[in-house]
Amino acid sequence: MRSKVVLRRLFRNPQARYGIIAFVLLVALAYIGPYFGSYEWTEKDFMAFLSPPDADHWWGTTSIGQDMYAITLRGMQKSIVIGVLVALIATGLAAVVGAFAGYFGGWLDRVLMWGVDLLLVLPSFLILAIVSPRLRDGSWIWFVVLLAAFTWMITSRVVRSMTISLREREYVQAAVYMGIPRWKIIFRHIVPNLSSLLIIDATLNVSGAVVGEAALSFFGFGIQPPDVSLGTLIAEGSRNATGYPWLFAFPAGMLVLLVLSVNLIGDGLRDALDPGSNS
Amino acid sequence: MSILEVTDLTVTFPGGVQAVRGVSYGVERGEVLGIVGESGSGKSVTSLAIMGLLPRGAQVSGSVKLHGRELLGMDEDEIVKVRGKSISMIFQDPLSAFTPVYTIGDQIAEAVRVHQKMAKDKAAKRAVELLDLVGIPNPNLRAKAFPHEFSGGMRQRAMIAMAIANDPDLLICDEPTTALDVTIQAQVLEVLKTAQQETGAGIVMITHDLGVIAGMADRVLVMYAGRPVEQGPVDDIYYRPRMPYTMGLLASIPRIDGEEGSLVPIEGNPPSPSALPPGCPFAPRCPMKVDMCDDEEPPLTPFGSGRHVACIRSHEIEHKGLTGADVFPVPVIPPSDVVRVPRAERATVLRLDDMIRHYPLMKGAVFKRRVGTVYAVDGISFDIAEGETLALVGESGCGKTTTLQQIMQLAPPQGGRVVVLGKDSAKLDKAARKALRRDLQIVFQDPMAALDPRMPVGDIIAEPLRAHGRKDVRARVSELLELVGLSPEHAERYPQQFSGGQRQRIGIARALALEPKLLVLDEPVSALDVSIQAGVINLLEELKNTLGLSYLFVAHDLAVVRHLADRVAVMYLGRIAEIGTVENVYDHPAHPYTQALLSAIPLPDPEMERTRKRILLEGDLPSPADPPSGCRFRTRCPKFARLSEAERQRCVDEEPSVARLGNAVDHGAACHYAEEIEVITASDDQEEK
Amino acid sequence: MGKYLLRRLAINVILVAVAASLAYMLAATTMNPRGAYEGRQPPVPEAVIDATLDAYNLNDKTPVLQRYATWASGVITGDFGKTWNGGSVNDEMGRRVWVSLRLLLIGTIVGFVVGVALGAWSAVRQYKISDRVIGVSAFVLMAIPVFVLATLLAIGTYNLNRGLGFTLIEYTGEYNPKLAGWDQLMNRLNHLILPTISLSIGVSGAAFYSRIQRNMMLDVLGQDFVRTAMAKGLRRRTALIKHALRTALIPSATYFAFALGTMFTGAIFTEKIYAWHGMGAWLVDAINANDVNSVAAVTFFAAVCVLAAGFLSDLLVAALDPRVRVS
Ligand SMILES: Nc1ncnc2c1ncn2[C@@H]1O[C@H](COP(=O)(O)OP(=O)(O)OP(=O)(O)O)[C@@H](O)[C@H]1O
Ligand code: SF4
Ligand code: SF4
Ligand SMILES: [Mg+2]
Repeated sequence: MRSKVVLRRLFRNPQARYGIIAFVLLVALAYIGPYFGSYEWTEKDFMAFLSPPDADHWWGTTSIGQDMYAITLRGMQKSIVIGVLVALIATGLAAVVGAFAGYFGGWLDRVLMWGVDLLLVLPSFLILAIVSPRLRDGSWIWFVVLLAAFTWMITSRVVRSMTISLREREYVQAAVYMGIPRWKIIFRHIVPNLSSLLIIDATLNVSGAVVGEAALSFFGFGIQPPDVSLGTLIAEGSRNATGYPWLFAFPAGMLVLLVLSVNLIGDGLRDALDPGSNS
Repeated sequence: MSILEVTDLTVTFPGGVQAVRGVSYGVERGEVLGIVGESGSGKSVTSLAIMGLLPRGAQVSGSVKLHGRELLGMDEDEIVKVRGKSISMIFQDPLSAFTPVYTIGDQIAEAVRVHQKMAKDKAAKRAVELLDLVGIPNPNLRAKAFPHEFSGGMRQRAMIAMAIANDPDLLICDEPTTALDVTIQAQVLEVLKTAQQETGAGIVMITHDLGVIAGMADRVLVMYAGRPVEQGPVDDIYYRPRMPYTMGLLASIPRIDGEEGSLVPIEGNPPSPSALPPGCPFAPRCPMKVDMCDDEEPPLTPFGSGRHVACIRSHEIEHKGLTGADVFPVPVIPPSDVVRVPRAERATVLRLDDMIRHYPLMKGAVFKRRVGTVYAVDGISFDIAEGETLALVGESGCGKTTTLQQIMQLAPPQGGRVVVLGKDSAKLDKAARKALRRDLQIVFQDPMAALDPRMPVGDIIAEPLRAHGRKDVRARVSELLELVGLSPEHAERYPQQFSGGQRQRIGIARALALEPKLLVLDEPVSALDVSIQAGVINLLEELKNTLGLSYLFVAHDLAVVRHLADRVAVMYLGRIAEIGTVENVYDHPAHPYTQALLSAIPLPDPEMERTRKRILLEGDLPSPADPPSGCRFRTRCPKFARLSEAERQRCVDEEPSVARLGNAVDHGAACHYAEEIEVITASDDQEEK
Repeated sequence: MGKYLLRRLAINVILVAVAASLAYMLAATTMNPRGAYEGRQPPVPEAVIDATLDAYNLNDKTPVLQRYATWASGVITGDFGKTWNGGSVNDEMGRRVWVSLRLLLIGTIVGFVVGVALGAWSAVRQYKISDRVIGVSAFVLMAIPVFVLATLLAIGTYNLNRGLGFTLIEYTGEYNPKLAGWDQLMNRLNHLILPTISLSIGVSGAAFYSRIQRNMMLDVLGQDFVRTAMAKGLRRRTALIKHALRTALIPSATYFAFALGTMFTGAIFTEKIYAWHGMGAWLVDAINANDVNSVAAVTFFAAVCVLAAGFLSDLLVAALDPRVRVS
């Protein structure tokens, strides 16, 4: 019932509507697009090095003859998967840690929040940069876990402070006075009432993770060759961006569109879920 | 000529919400016009429209003339010269009405400087004078304080000071005392009267409290669904209402001088402004409705001298001399069996012995540290017998809610004892505590906050049942919904789809799910409109009698308490000041605080209000972190002021404890010089005893 | 107050110490400075390598805890050790800190001021064309990662300069060492333009603040005290600026710390892309060069930056908001 209202409001919000349409199109492009291109992403065309976009190579080729269209879409797939997974893990973690810290307070709260502070102070970039290239065989899943481990802290603080105010809410107290165990109260009354925050946050974490992955890969600390991601492609492209703009323009453009569409959805969701907000 | 002339004012918000539909009135110099109506009836929107302060999307039409000059459609350059100069406004919530980052003095000085060419230091001086005028102690010092450092009553005074800074011709007060305690309300109303004398301004007084209007207003306008439905001199409206809505409203309010008998509830809810019924907007709730009422909206027509009524049957009402109690069905509430047993022979369901609850006092949000102790509850004792209602009354901050929480937690108190149904809360293990929770349930103040917005009502009511392993959940939920006057189909809806009164019924159903013996009620009706309130009060009374419940009832509304409670305990700063049966305490209050409290409550009776003698208290509630030595009430005690030096010393040195008063069985007061007097109906004409 | 500050300082010192130690441990256990010497032609004898690494406290044959102890005792006396090839980390840091701080400070302040101003203006003109233009631009800018933005700006400037035929805006390096005096200062300023723009305009700068400020303003606009201010007879504009903006600044200040953190990450890219020799570029180089002590030093710096920003934003909030001050 409520979800129906939210969905209706979401679609009535032009920002969110454009965001959703763009995101769906981009995902479709990433996953269905390769079937239409004439080259595989692993293929190398030795007849065409650094050729500009034309009828054959729609988005041009790289210095070793890879088809930019195929390889960019391949990179996009990676970026989308990483973004979504990181967001799910990070938001889930943030919800649990924040809700427990906020609800129980006392030493548990202090320990958890101290951990959060520490993680915030640690340069996540450094740790990811040192660790992830050394996970070569562990594949990119570990990279996802690491990225998520450095994404959840701010949300968990917000969740914590909202939990503290929810804890004083009368319906939560009512549950306590009914004799319902506290962990049950957290999952039944607290987390569901944070769901709008969590949904919005998960959305924005998607774009954060996409950018984070690209940033690390940009320096060669993220996705390792032969696998590609938007970040590695942009790094590659930016070196020759003035001479061969298509190497930079397509992956960078896709990245910006992806992030933009996700941000639009997030912002629209905020409007739809929170009738009081003005954004 | 009148100062303000409003003609046919309408306000429509985007989305077709007709918040105000044709309001007309005039205000004369020195006159007080009272506007009453339920929440959402368009009172605030009307006054904002006059000031031109509505949000931008709102469409306003009609005419608002100040001294014959049209205000609607005036451009900003002109209207800023009127606002704050000729018309001033006082808002309901004085905390949010001041900018938090500037001092009170600066904000008042700003108001002065907007309209008068004046040097900064002179304006600052004027601000101090104004603060002095509205009775702020140490105005020099207090002008440098920030809004959050003021108490609610002081903020509202400062607000009044700001409003009269430029000698306005018209003051619009939008619920100026709703957020305040009764004793503070009495002070602020007094200040308002002074301000009016000082400026000779006309006042538009908006409120939902019929008592406040009775004492202040010369004429009254009753609003319903965005329109005036009755208008006239205050006595006519109160003693001879000629429109069923006004009649119902007056019959639904409990009174502190009240007679016994059940209240008259108005069934149903006010219509939503975006879905109005075709004819008379009150028709769906009106017991006098005839078919013709649905044909067209009855216009506000002149009726006798100087009054207007919008009801097609008003002449019939006049003719037959009908009152609210004649027109609206009066519910019959079955009497209770338990009360036939003398109190002393009944079991005790709750006993508090010298219970204490102190909190650490923290200061600052960024630089947090402990700076003292709040003595929230500092040794209170009382007991409740089976089938009895004990009311705990007192101003905000006196420790009522803390007391309730301490009882509900079933944890060992910091000091003293809490005994629920014969079991000491300090000696409970986990299982016993859970078992005891079946017998002890609570109904909260805010019916919206008390229900999880993400759960259907059926689940909300079923939650305690499931938690305690009941099997017949479904059947029981239906049964409970019917018990509180809702229908079983409602189980699938969400709390947002119910009105305030219905939500409170859901809260009551949940509390009754496990068939408790003792129900704790934390201000169960204070968030509801009067016409809805009566229904909930009647329900509570009925449930108590039929199910044999005992209530611990917390309220600040002494009229409701008088109606519902058997015994009453008056709290002041974490201690009990007076306790006893309702009749004893209300009719012969012995503690000076109780006396002041009772005399501060406005009666919905203009004649009595005009002659009533008030005991006004000085100043604010002292901080519970730093209570005065000896008797806590001595800083504000009117009796203390009249005592001799030697007698006073006792109040300063020795803390009085509740002592039984000589001639009564169940009546005690914590005052060294307790003396029973009558205050509710005390009037100026009466000779001082 | 004094006691409070001391306690807070102590907590921060501990946090910095733990962060730097963790970074050191991580770097010391996973990095391999030996690699830089082993591959040399002609081959260096192992004993020589060991001796060199020992001198730099980088020898992986020494137990890591022992190396840590040496490093930590050095740090306590203010010595951050040696780089992988024997340079002094302190000297290197001394050079680079100012480069980074200059960039970070200017970037943060420009971003904050521009963002707040635009956001407030946008809120006042809600739903007007200017509001929409600012909103859409902010959205697009926030979607552009710093490294893409920096590259785009560099390409744009390159083309601009080429089109003009002379170098109007510098797009690489910090300054031209050949110039002196006044010219040198102007030249330094010129070199600052692009990095500052790329840092202060996007996710961690103006675009971000303008969104926040707009939301805060709109929240405040609906509040009673703005209405009171107008009821006093203030014009809408005056009421908005004097009452609404002033109050809405408070929450924006709290975001300051958070943004400075992201700014540091942004600075890494900016420095790399514009060939500035700051702390961020050093971090990337140090990781690639297996330079354990430098990595720990940069971590130390970053942690100090974040905590200082947190503290600063608390001070700022206390200065802006009388409600949180202790009387
Ligand atoms: N900005 C707005 N946009 C849309 N509808 C509004 C707006 N402000 C008020 N309304 C609607 O106008 C109607 C009248 O509201 P108003 O605030 O005047 O009631 P009121 O009589 O002052 O009630 P209360 O006693 O609760 O103060 C309500 O239905 C309300 O929902
Ligand atoms: S017009 Fe009809 S429905 Fe309306 S108040 Fe009068 S009798 Fe009732
Ligand atoms: S004890 Fe003294 S101060 Fe206290 S209430 Fe009685 S007369 Fe007043
Ligand atoms: Mg109102």
